[in-house]
Amino acid sequence: MAHVWRMIAQRLALGFLTLFVVSLLIFGATELLPGDFAEAILGQSATPETIAAIRRELGLDQPFHTRYVSWLSSVLQGDFGKSLANQQPVIELISKRLGNTLFLALYAAAMAVPLALILGILAALFRNSVFDRMSNALALTSISFPEFFVAYILILWFAQTGYFPSIVRLSSGISFGESLYRSFLPALTLTLVVTAHMMRMTRAALINLLASPYIEMARLKGMSPMRVILRHALPNALAPIINVVALNLAYLITGVVVVEVVFVYPGLGQLMVDSVSRRDIPVVQAVALIFASAYVLLNLTADVLSTLSNPRLMHRR
Amino acid sequence: MTKSITHTGLTRRSVLRGATALGAAALILPASMRAASAEPKKGGILRIGMGHGSTSDSLDPGSWDNAYSQVFASSRHNYLTEIDADGALQPEIAESWEASADAATWTFKIRQGVTFHSGKALDAEDVIASINFHRGEDSTSAAKPIVDGITDIKADGSHTVVVSLDAGNADFPFIMSDYHIAIMPAKDGAIDPTSADGCGAYVVDSFEAGVEARMTRNPNYWKSDRAHFDGIELLPIVDGAARQNALISGQVDVIDRVDLNTVHLLKRARNINVLSVTGSQHYVFPMDSRAAPFSDNNVRMAMKHAVDREELVEKILNGYGSVGNDHPISTANRFHAGDALEQRTYDADKAKWYLKQAGLDSIDLELSVSDAAFGGAVDAGVLMSEKSAAAGIKLTVKREPSDGYWSNVWMKKPFVASYWGGRPTEDWMFSTAYKSGVNWNESYWENARFDQLLAAARSELDNDKRREMYVEMQGLVRDEGSTIIPMFASYVMAHSTAVATPDTVAPNWTMDGFRVAERWWFA
Repeated sequence: MAHVWRMIAQRLALGFLTLFVVSLLIFGATELLPGDFAEAILGQSATPETIAAIRRELGLDQPFHTRYVSWLSSVLQGDFGKSLANQQPVIELISKRLGNTLFLALYAAAMAVPLALILGILAALFRNSVFDRMSNALALTSISFPEFFVAYILILWFAQTGYFPSIVRLSSGISFGESLYRSFLPALTLTLVVTAHMMRMTRAALINLLASPYIEMARLKGMSPMRVILRHALPNALAPIINVVALNLAYLITGVVVVEVVFVYPGLGQLMVDSVSRRDIPVVQAVALIFASAYVLLNLTADVLSTLSNPRLMHRR
Repeated sequence: MTKSITHTGLTRRSVLRGATALGAAALILPASMRAASAEPKKGGILRIGMGHGSTSDSLDPGSWDNAYSQVFASSRHNYLTEIDADGALQPEIAESWEASADAATWTFKIRQGVTFHSGKALDAEDVIASINFHRGEDSTSAAKPIVDGITDIKADGSHTVVVSLDAGNADFPFIMSDYHIAIMPAKDGAIDPTSADGCGAYVVDSFEAGVEARMTRNPNYWKSDRAHFDGIELLPIVDGAARQNALISGQVDVIDRVDLNTVHLLKRARNINVLSVTGSQHYVFPMDSRAAPFSDNNVRMAMKHAVDREELVEKILNGYGSVGNDHPISTANRFHAGDALEQRTYDADKAKWYLKQAGLDSIDLELSVSDAAFGGAVDAGVLMSEKSAAAGIKLTVKREPSDGYWSNVWMKKPFVASYWGGRPTEDWMFSTAYKSGVNWNESYWENARFDQLLAAARSELDNDKRREMYVEMQGLVRDEGSTIIPMFASYVMAHSTAVATPDTVAPNWTMDGFRVAERWWFA
């Protein structure tokens, strides 16, 4: 067990290093974009004097490294600064959005992960049957269409007929059940988008194992096929499944901008896009760090769980 | 149908008449509803879905650059003056005003008994602080250029404000209706740009940038015949399809920026009215008049004749607009030249003739476009390049990234696409973008006669003389200017039939001149 803790510590340290590099990359990349906040916010109305005045006021006339160091030092003290655009503390802007994003991600995951696992197991069990072919075809169809198309189809079927709202308004004070109802369509869209990946990985990993001699042995002992899969194959197939689940969870947090736009869902992705187009760097930085952390943490979790699922890795030689 | 839409000062009524005449049943309302629209009723929460609005919007009046911020501002703030649906100037916070003989000093009488939402009584100090916010060296306001002419503002008693200008300006009270210059409460001689406090029709309950704004009716609003809704919910829905879906599924009552590619589908929906208003918004293609070959007016004229305006209006605007005549003054303006200037049409032979005058048989040009300039700009460029080929003009359309378009392409490359929301007065439009040397003179055009006329007309108080001068200026821009102005785009909105609008909907900006919250009601 001790080396698991050591691995977690190492990976966390590495994670912080990654975040540091990410922040540097983001800062550098936004520097390369045409224009800065002053020009972006004034757009067609920009005049040299007002641009200079805005830069002076926000300290944008300072050189790159000065701005980066002052930003980094305040972040290390837990202060993410203020949005350039509306002077609100970045933490305040982000916290509610992050909550919404996590809610949607968990909602979609709660539907997609069990669905994918069950479908994957059944497909492996009845491989090459009509069920296997149908579920594969459906999953591949839904993943092959662009997200917005899936979203529009769902809106056409479920929103224009009046069953579910087509835009998601999560005002404070609505009940949990109401939130679930209002966010159903975006969560369903995401479910359709990520299920195929996880399902096919589950199926492939299981089928791979089903050819092993020990499975053959179990079969010869007369075990039921379901029991063979659940007791003997699945535990050994967990590592790749956990990894693909983690990857998809990270995607549910970081990659849902299109779904957010179509359903007007107030999540982090839209905040990121708006802030990039306005060159609102403190917000871009903070959101990018959150996204990077999501990947780091989920990968770490996946590694730890895979290790735990495999006794051979638990005991180092 | 298209014909009636391209008419001047289109109102919902005239659409109805046109539709009835042509038997287009889609737009006809039940007679009971039309009767109801005459008498505004109080009540209801109006939910507005807007095609703008982002998480980086702010309450700072110097930064309002999109229709979401502007409608939000006009719902909670009042201005010194207001432009009514017919384009005439009406008093708002200023009860009355008068000019000195040279139109360089303006005295505004401030309305008594107006209070802010916070309860503070409005007086001259608030007005002065609100205007001063946009002035001065350190101003970060986008409205700085339009108040630059002010040399001094002072109070004369508690409810009189005297403004001195560096030169006469007959339209100065019009400028005071600009959406940036909201009257906000002063504290220690300055306004607080992070406050939502105003003296307008609705009080802000909550505002989350990019998500929603909620407002309730100001119980102390000084206008008794306005602000009919109990409350307003203003939602940014940037995706065009999402916006239409929200209207169709009844989650909002009004939307703006109806997608012109699918407007015919929206019209089919029952309980929805499409509202199209021909305004001053226009799409332009400025050519850098300093750079060869555009420094030669013959080349500019060749290009102007090589554009098929009818086709652009038909294909890019789906008919929701009208053809331009290479000057920026719209039919919604007071001094529009009308028949005094002949409408320019596509004529490849004439374009060729002008090229010959410039000593050329054919010419290669590059047009830099992006949909950041206006929706459909790239397609418009392609149509222009196809049509101009017949005149020996080889036009290469270069697609630029939308991001950074205004800082890297506009006014940097020699031939680009751009747009103007239009300005309520001729002087304002001309001195913003056509006067020599001004910041937004996007074609870098200079014309001594034009500048001289502009200065003369600005301080002229006799309307007939002003008309004459403005018509001549429109002619100068049309025949010597360096900007192709092929089309005026209508503001196309849609609302549920539960919503009633006044007989005339203002054409100066989208959403009834941004005043939808104050002027509309539930039938």
